[in-house]
Amino acid sequence: MAPKTAAARRLGMEVSIAVSHAVKLARAETIAAYPITPQTHIVEYLSTLVANGELDAEFINVESEHSAISTCIGMSAAGARTYTATSSQGLALMNEILYIASAMRFPIVMTVANRALSAPLSIWNDHSDIMGARDIGWIQMFVENGQEAFDHTIMAFRIAENHEVLLPVIVNLDGFILSHVVEALEMVDQDTVDQFLPPYVPRHRLDPNQPVTMGAFALPEIYPEVKMSHQMALAGSYHHILQVWEEWAEITGRRYRPLETYRSEGAKILLLTMGSLSEVAEIAVDELREQGEPVGLLKLRLWRPFPVEDLRRAVAGAELLIICDRALSLGGVGGPVMSEVRSVLYPLASRPATVGYIIGLGGRDVNPAAFKDMVARAREEARRPTAEFHLYGVRG
Amino acid sequence: MEKFGYAQSQKYDTYAARLLPREEFFTPGHRACQGCGEALAVRWVCKAIGKDAIIAHATGCMEIVSSGLPQTSWMHPWIHVAFENTAAVASGIETALKVLERKGKLRGPRPKVVAMGGDGGTSDIGLQALSGAMERGHDFTYICWDNEAYMNTGIQRSSSTPYGAMTTTSPPGKLSIGQRTWKKNMVHIAVAHGIPYVATASPSYVFDLYFKVRKALETPGPAYIHVLSVCPTGWRSPTDMSVRLGRLAVETGVFPLYEVVHGRYRLTVEVPKLRHVRDYLRLQGRFRHLRDADIELIQRHTRAEYELLLEKCQAPFPEFPSMASSEEPELEAGG
Repeated sequence: MAPKTAAARRLGMEVSIAVSHAVKLARAETIAAYPITPQTHIVEYLSTLVANGELDAEFINVESEHSAISTCIGMSAAGARTYTATSSQGLALMNEILYIASAMRFPIVMTVANRALSAPLSIWNDHSDIMGARDIGWIQMFVENGQEAFDHTIMAFRIAENHEVLLPVIVNLDGFILSHVVEALEMVDQDTVDQFLPPYVPRHRLDPNQPVTMGAFALPEIYPEVKMSHQMALAGSYHHILQVWEEWAEITGRRYRPLETYRSEGAKILLLTMGSLSEVAEIAVDELREQGEPVGLLKLRLWRPFPVEDLRRAVAGAELLIICDRALSLGGVGGPVMSEVRSVLYPLASRPATVGYIIGLGGRDVNPAAFKDMVARAREEARRPTAEFHLYGVRG
Repeated sequence: MEKFGYAQSQKYDTYAARLLPREEFFTPGHRACQGCGEALAVRWVCKAIGKDAIIAHATGCMEIVSSGLPQTSWMHPWIHVAFENTAAVASGIETALKVLERKGKLRGPRPKVVAMGGDGGTSDIGLQALSGAMERGHDFTYICWDNEAYMNTGIQRSSSTPYGAMTTTSPPGKLSIGQRTWKKNMVHIAVAHGIPYVATASPSYVFDLYFKVRKALETPGPAYIHVLSVCPTGWRSPTDMSVRLGRLAVETGVFPLYEVVHGRYRLTVEVPKLRHVRDYLRLQGRFRHLRDADIELIQRHTRAEYELLLEKCQAPFPEFPSMASSEEPELEAGG
């Protein structure tokens, strides 16, 4: 897929810096953030861009993540294009306010550099932070590499600010594995981004010329209706997301889908992954295909709203679906992704057997051999299940 | 509004009630209790704020009584997000207005930003966000409605509840006097941040309250006003005595009215001879269980605190610098 525009150029760049550049190209006007590993490079570089006048914005160093997201709400409510980034404990500390940001329909864009939750303290990558914030009512997506992180950061603003959507967006990128890696990236120039992403026009904002009350409380007579409108907006955002991604494809040649597939045609066995591990799984799929194994890969990009029909279509014809979670629902029936995928498949008359693996917790490495091993074990497991799910490669 | 501006505000005692604005920004029909001192304070503070302002409000009594969907008592652009983050929300609004003004995206002058919260939302759960916002120097005014407990949730003690007071979580009993700690001094905490304007105020002294709010708004940078708000429901006091109780708090030295400008203290309402705290305490059911010895202890403590305040007021009070503009320092483009 050759890029259509001559403006594109490839640069070697750390992914965190690429994300910061995307925020600059999107002309974010206000940023509030609190440092947390491994999100730090993003906010450090953004502070530099603001300090040098390369980005005409205000960067507020707040005293906690709770205040970071609260400050972002104030910024967005006053009518500014707003960005923040966090990780792990920071996302957990924000939790209370995340629900409010989406329910009050503020189009804030946030990067989450995914990292494990304490205890024990771990700065390394898994998805337990974002899975703890699964039901916050934000649009949520996962990226696989630096290029996707760059692209989706710009597109997130366009999606969030659509007056039919008006929801905050989280772009999840794997901490360290993506955030701190240097990749060759295809940049997009400012003119192209300006045409793609016009200045933010708030539908409502705090303005003495047109005073509104935001954040009023609701009695039981009205609360469920407000929640339903939020649900409809989030579910309805699916088509707008697809539209924005399609437009981006026309400009850059890079096309994104809610559920990406890799060599899944005619596959009897499908792996399902999210985030950066997808590229590792691709290697395993290639090797297995070379051996004649009918194995393919599904990569769940859009997490909220969940691409229900895409998934149902994608598993048609498969006999076994191996779902790889990077978070553990302690005391539950498996990983959060596995639980949801099984729910989506349950009404199908004909559906693949499912086996769930929890992998890569707290930054534990998962290599292509591990995926091949999981495929082999899952075949056995599908015939004679021994447990609801498995923590793969864990001692003891 | 200019005629009520800062230049005249030092001569506030020469003003008459008819000069205060008639326009209402906190409108009737809200659900505050009968005799609510806080609602009275909100009404006058909102008049002092004037039209061109945005208000961020913490969860609490005033939020709950005034903003049930689909109704509102607020004529200002108003936002409520959560309990502990109002100062952070106000920080965000102030920051955004700065950028939008710079980019020519504001209609009209840059609005003032005011944050409001109760004593729980200010001195307990919201203290960190407030400290952060004051430290960062945002141009905003924070107003604390201090009714000395978590009244909205049913009169639980806060760090702002006075010594000896009965609340539902500091009940007097065989082993307890009620609230066992002395009231946290939020004014000292605000002053310690080195912010330009800090004051105490009371709706029982409307002119004093009014002009302190004006001063706070016109002071560039953070300003903090701590408003004692009599709560008949939580204080177990007669609903027709709220204004009287607010006056007694001042007349007994329990809640002196003063302002701190750039660290310099000045009493704004001087009390020639303080009354005994008994006169204030005995009107309130929440202190009914106190013995004479307890009241004497409170009396001694109150007097000691008052003496310390008077000492601070001895230092010369500064002339206000001109507050006509708040020019930011010029920075070289391109760094």
